[in-house]
This record gives sequence, C-alpha cells and structure tokens, in this order.
Amino acid sequence: MFGGDIWANLVSGFGVVLTPQHLFFVMLGVVIGTAIGVLPGIGPSLTISLLLPVTFGLEPISAFVMFGGIFYGAMYGGSTTSILVNTPGESSSVVTAIDGFQMAKKGRGGAALATAAIGSFFAGTFATLMLMLMAPLLVRFALQFGAPEYFALMLLALSAVTGLAGQSAPKAFFATLLGLGLGMVGIDLQTGQARFTFGNLNLLGGIDPVMVAIGLFAVGEVFWAAGTLKRTFEETVTLRGSLLMNREEWQRSWPAWVRGSVIGFIVGVLPGAGATIASFLSYNAEQRFAKGKAELGKGAIEGVAGPEAANNASAGGALVPLLALGIPGSATTAVMLVAFQIYGLRPGPLLFQQQADLVWGLIASLYIANLALLVLNLPMVRMWIKLLDVPKPMLYTGILTFSLLGVYADTQNTFSMVLLLLLGLLGFLLRRYDFPLAPVVLGAVLGPLIEQEFRRSLAISVSDYSVFFTRPLALVLMMLVMMSFLVPLFNAIWKASRRRASVAAGTVGEIED
Amino acid sequence: MRRVCTLPLMAWISLLVTSILLAGCTTMPAAPVPVEEAAATEVATEVATGEGAAPATAAGAALAPTAGGFPSKAIQIMAPANPGGGWDTTARLLAQTLTESGISPVPVEVFNVPGAGGTIGLAQLVSQNAGDPYTLMMMGRVMVGSILTNQSPVTLAETTPLARLTAEYEIIVVPKDSPYQTMEELVAAFQANPKSIAWAGGSAGGTDHILVGQIAKAVGVAPEGVNYIAYSGGGEAAAAILGGQVAAGVSGVGEWTDFIASGEMRPLAVSSADRLEALPDVPTLTESGVDVVLLNWRGVVGPPNLSEEDKAWLINALTAATESAQWQEILATNGWDNVFQTGDDFAATLAEDNATISAVLKEIGLIE
Repeated sequence: MFGGDIWANLVSGFGVVLTPQHLFFVMLGVVIGTAIGVLPGIGPSLTISLLLPVTFGLEPISAFVMFGGIFYGAMYGGSTTSILVNTPGESSSVVTAIDGFQMAKKGRGGAALATAAIGSFFAGTFATLMLMLMAPLLVRFALQFGAPEYFALMLLALSAVTGLAGQSAPKAFFATLLGLGLGMVGIDLQTGQARFTFGNLNLLGGIDPVMVAIGLFAVGEVFWAAGTLKRTFEETVTLRGSLLMNREEWQRSWPAWVRGSVIGFIVGVLPGAGATIASFLSYNAEQRFAKGKAELGKGAIEGVAGPEAANNASAGGALVPLLALGIPGSATTAVMLVAFQIYGLRPGPLLFQQQADLVWGLIASLYIANLALLVLNLPMVRMWIKLLDVPKPMLYTGILTFSLLGVYADTQNTFSMVLLLLLGLLGFLLRRYDFPLAPVVLGAVLGPLIEQEFRRSLAISVSDYSVFFTRPLALVLMMLVMMSFLVPLFNAIWKASRRRASVAAGTVGEIED
Repeated sequence: MRRVCTLPLMAWISLLVTSILLAGCTTMPAAPVPVEEAAATEVATEVATGEGAAPATAAGAALAPTAGGFPSKAIQIMAPANPGGGWDTTARLLAQTLTESGISPVPVEVFNVPGAGGTIGLAQLVSQNAGDPYTLMMMGRVMVGSILTNQSPVTLAETTPLARLTAEYEIIVVPKDSPYQTMEELVAAFQANPKSIAWAGGSAGGTDHILVGQIAKAVGVAPEGVNYIAYSGGGEAAAAILGGQVAAGVSGVGEWTDFIASGEMRPLAVSSADRLEALPDVPTLTESGVDVVLLNWRGVVGPPNLSEEDKAWLINALTAATESAQWQEILATNGWDNVFQTGDDFAATLAEDNATISAVLKEIGLIE
C-alpha cells in the first residue's frame, strides 16, 4: 500500500514538515492538546471540531499536523489531574488515577507524571513506527475481528475488574453492575427502542462514559472534599525523593511501557474498541506480569506506566484504519475524517498515492509532536506538582467549574450539567460506603459494547452459541478471559488453604495477608 | 513563596482555558484568541473577505440584510449528531460554502447537539429557539424515522422547513469473496432462508434498515424476519463487510465508493430509479426484480415562528449557496445529487416521507 521506499518517503515527509510554519502548527497542536487533556470534559474530538472552521484558510497539511499534535497531546494531558488530584478528565485515564493518586499521596507524584510522560512518548513513537511499517498488515488483522472476537475482547477488559476490587469483591461486583446499568440507558441500537429513560427525552442519547468518569471522580471528589475538608486533615506530601523517577522506578516502568504500548496499539487498530478499553486491558496485564503487582492499587508505578502507554499507543493505532481504509476507530478519528472530507480528500489506499506529501508529512509530524510533548511535559512536572499546593477550596472550585463547562461545551445541553451533578452525588455516596469507582466507569464503557457485540454475534450466527468458541481468534481470547477470571480465584483458594495449613502449624506471623 | 509558585501555573491554565473556550464560543468570531493568535487571525481575515471583496471563488456579492436588519451576527447551523457523521459533514460543507463564496454577510458556524437520531437537537431547536432566525438545523430523511421510533414529543411539523439540499441513493454490497454475484442470487438466498442473510447497516429504524424492510416486503419475506445488524456509523459496518463478517451491507452510495473502486466490496444494486452516472455497471433494484426505489435526502429546517422576511432571506441564501460553483464541486466529490426544494414543496416531501416511513416501520415491527 505504501509503495516505494518507506524511509525515503519519511525523509521527504520530514522535509515537508520542517518549515517554520508547519512546526508552529505542530507546537500549537501540542500545547492545545495538552491543555484539553488536562481539562475535564473537553476532549480532542470536540476541540478538533471546534477548530475545523478556524482552519478553513490554512493549507491542509498545516491543519493536519496541528490535529495530530492535539490528538497525541490530549492523551498526554489526561494523566496529570488523574495522578495529582484523583480527577481523570477522560474515561481513558480513569485507571491511571488508581495508582497514580496513591503515588502522589506518597510524594511520588513527580515520578508518576514522569513515567506517564516518558511512557506516552515511548508508546506514541512505537505506534507511529508501527503505523508506518505495518499498516497494511494490521488492517488485515483488524478485519478478522468480528462480533464474537469483540465480545471476547470486551469480556477480557471487564475481567480487569478482578484487580480493581479493593477490599470487597461483592462491592466491586455491584459497582460493575451499576456501570453496566448506566451504559444501558438510551436507545438500543439494534431495535431502536428506548430503555431506562423514564420518558425523558434527554436520556435517549444515553449517558456518555466520559460524563460518568468526570461525574463520579471529579465532581464526586469535590463533594467529598466539601463534606470532609473541615473535619479531616489529610496530609499531602508534595515531594519525597527525587522529582522524577529513581533507578528502581525506571526499572519497573519500562517493561510496563512495552506491554502497554503493544496492547494499546493492537486495541487502537481495532475500529470497535478504544483508548479506555486499551488502558483497562493494560492494567489487567500489569496485574499478571508486573514485578510490583502485589502493590497495584496502592501506588505501584506499573499501574501508571502501563495504562498511560496504552492509551497513547491506541491513539496511534486508531490512525491505521483511518488512513489505510478511511474507517474511523474513535470519536476523534471520526472528526479527522470530516476534516479530510472538508479538504476534499478521501482517506484510504488512494490517499497514499495521491497525497503522499500530506500523509508522510502527517506521519513525520507525529514523531515531532511526540518529541515536543516530552520536551514540553517533563519540565512541566515541577510546575504541575505545585498544583498540590493550591489551597484546596480554590482547587476544588476550579475542578467543579471546569467539569461543568466541559460537559456543557460538549453537549450544548443544560440537562447534561444536571446529570453530571447527580453522578457526582452518586460518586459521593459510593465513596462514603467504600465502593470502588473505577469498575463503574469500566462497566459504563463496556456495557453497551458487550451487549451489542453479543447480540450481533448471535444474530449473525442465527443463535448458535458455539460461535464464541469455534472461531480461532475468539477462542484464544475466550481462553484468556477464563484465565483472567479463574487464576485469581485459584490463587485465593490456594492462599486460603495455605493459611489454614500454616495456622495449623502455628506460623501465622510469616504469612502475608 | 508557595503561593507565588502557583501563580504561573494558574496563569498558564487560565490562558489556555480562555483560548480554547474562545475558539469554541463561535458566536464571537472577532474576539482575539490569545494563544492561537495566528490561526484565529487568519480566519478573521477569511471571514472578513466574505463581507466586502469576495474571494476569487465567489459567486457574487453578499446578500443584503433584510429591512429588519437580519442578519447582524453569526448564523449557527446545528448538526443534531456527533461530529463526523453525515449531517455534521453536510452542515460543515454548507457553512463553508455560505461563508467562503461570500453569500452570507455574516459568518456561518456549525455546532453539534448529539443524540437519539437527532431528536434531542430537534427538541432543543423547537423549545429554545422559536422565532430565532440565527439558529438553523441540518436534518434528513433519517430523522423522520427516529422521531417515530423514539416517540419524540416534538416533530418536524413544528419546525419551519427551509430547503432540501442533497440526496443520496442507497447501495447494496457484498464482501468480495461472497458467493452472491448478483442481486437476484442474494434475493434467492434471502427468500430461501431469510435469517441466513445478515444485513449490515446503520442504526435500527434508519434509512438502511427501512430499505432492507422494503426489499423484504417486495420479495415476499416477512419484514419482521429480517436479520438486520445495526452498526453505529458507516465505518463499523464497512469493517464488518470487508472482514466478511456479514452477508450483505447497505449504505449511502457515496460512503463506500473507494472500497467498491478497489474491488474490496462488490456492488449488487442501487436504490435509484435509473442507473447512476457514477456506477454505470451497477443495476437498479427495479432492474433486479425488486420493486423498490429509495431516495435519502438531507436538508435544513429553521425553528418555529420565523418571520416571513427572515425565512425568505434564509431561503435566498440557501438557494445561492446551492447554485455556487463550490457547492457543485462538493456534490460531485461526495457523489450527492442536487434535489433542491424550498419552503412548502419541502414541507410536502416531509409529510409524504412521514407516511411511507411510518408504514414500513410498522411492518418491521419497530413501532406500533
């Protein structure tokens, strides 16, 4: 598909982009992207669609290199508020908040931000490289994914919940079901019938998982702070040890980056999955393979490094079906498709021949954007850390304001602000009674997808359930799902029996609980 | 000391927030955008040229405002869907044409109100914008169906129909490795075992689904027995067809042009009355023995209670836009037909489609 010499093309791509004007737009995109990533609610798809009319007068290449910068930048920025104040701005950085915030509390917020930034750089560069080298092959792979494969993949992501449980499995189970329920609200795609909308027109469109994430985490956190700030004094340690990562943290981070990048990229290439699923799958992988897996949930650096690499790599992966087939795999790539159309371009195999300058310029700009993001973000760690010194009332007022603004900007509907506050209240109650929040978001993201893919599978196979096990890819995924659910179960049983044995032997003290 | 350190941080954040929100607040196009100075200025000049000296592509001078002084600020077109869909694309291309061809003396902008097949946007237009000529809404035949399936309390009868713009016929394709070479073969298999043919298309009750329902009825298959797989957006459906996951796919003709050209999808039939110029080798459904013709269109409606004067101005502007060279090029690029119709004619089309679609939806079993 790419034809010719990839490296020669890339060099000419750099030749196109390395002009002051285009570099300016890459930088502009990177700065805007980082900012919208930091702000809750405002995502890259909204930003690009807002900027579309602004770019009418520009050369297409200027516009696209800027969009590329925004696209990657938004994934970088998303981790900052997750880590420092436990308020993810998008659903793809929810999982980062779990370990990231714990690290920040321990004074390792700087290391968490650094591993997120370097991991994102690594993942973004990896994804761009793969996009360049293997796009045609990957597209073939992505097309192998039918409804049964997607269903199995979603189940695998759902099994990440076993590691998000915290102290109580039943509570995590309830939280997941709650999320699945929230995801069910709205019009059913397959039948066009409204479900759980109680006659409210505004609920017909469903509840956006991004809103669930911001409502439960950000707004919930604000309510929580409002309710407890006067009575409790939570000591926050701004910084303990070196600002960035120490030796051990480097050693623990890089395998997680590699795993996260590979998982994220593969999931990104699939048009039916997305960055959130990539981040949860990566967390799931860290639970199995990370050196510090016992520490996950309590501030393990792998829990930040993996998912943050994964969501960036998935952004790069999503460009594969967009550029190679003209199939958008995410909301943001859908908007980029519109941008192509507005410039009279059609993504697909022909784009590479007809608009070689543009495509290779875009790819080259992605490398530059990644580097720029690293250069921009690493020094800013010192500045972001200061966010912890902002007086709490000011900080939380700001979070609440930006959350409401962001949600309104996205939907242009006042009802969504009311819904956000209600979700915040729900988040407050869940926290009050010690329910984990991440499974709710996971459920809300996966609920509609799991259900649709399940029904599509059975409709296509005419109600033959064996379809989930007779297709090779689906079978492999299903086996992974079973391992994911059963291994922790066996582990628990084994531990319990060992404890019983050791109690009998009178050596309780040595067994970690 | 600590407080001082937070200052640059706060300043930085506020600067970025302001810049983004300003870029977003499209009602204030003239407001300077701090960070994106360069980009914004360029647009400002672009917009400004629309007023006086029109760019080279201009069709002519800008329309003069009405006696009542309309328009004096930016006009907004609502795309009642997420960015990236058909309504969004058409709205953006229309806004671009109105602005760049120098037809509108004021900027024309697009905003999105996603959800529920456009009925959320429709409700907002009717309830919040009555009499406001500055807010228009892009819509299409699909919305007629969603209003019925969603039992929307607000209908298109309450809006002010302005103009029908583009039309697109539907196309039926199969994966390249499919055993079906012609529409007749597909229909035969469909008649023999309706469930064995999984049709991929857009959301339930949409144009694609309605076409399959009409085909079923025409070839004597019970419409409720159709195995229709709804996908959210043309991309997902395309992936399912390319991967051979489904037996057949239905979509607007323009959507899959490239896949058809590259041989990845085999076109079996189009839903027009006569063969299409762009696809001269593809027979119509009627030719293939399926007596169905279906035209999918998109158009623009205004809010309720528009003054006659404002309505006439808007219709004139839309007429000028569709006559411009730029719009003709857009139609050609996207494979859209020009089915321009205004005011009362358009309202009649709406009523007619409402009757047809509600009959089909009842047969498919989506509404009672």
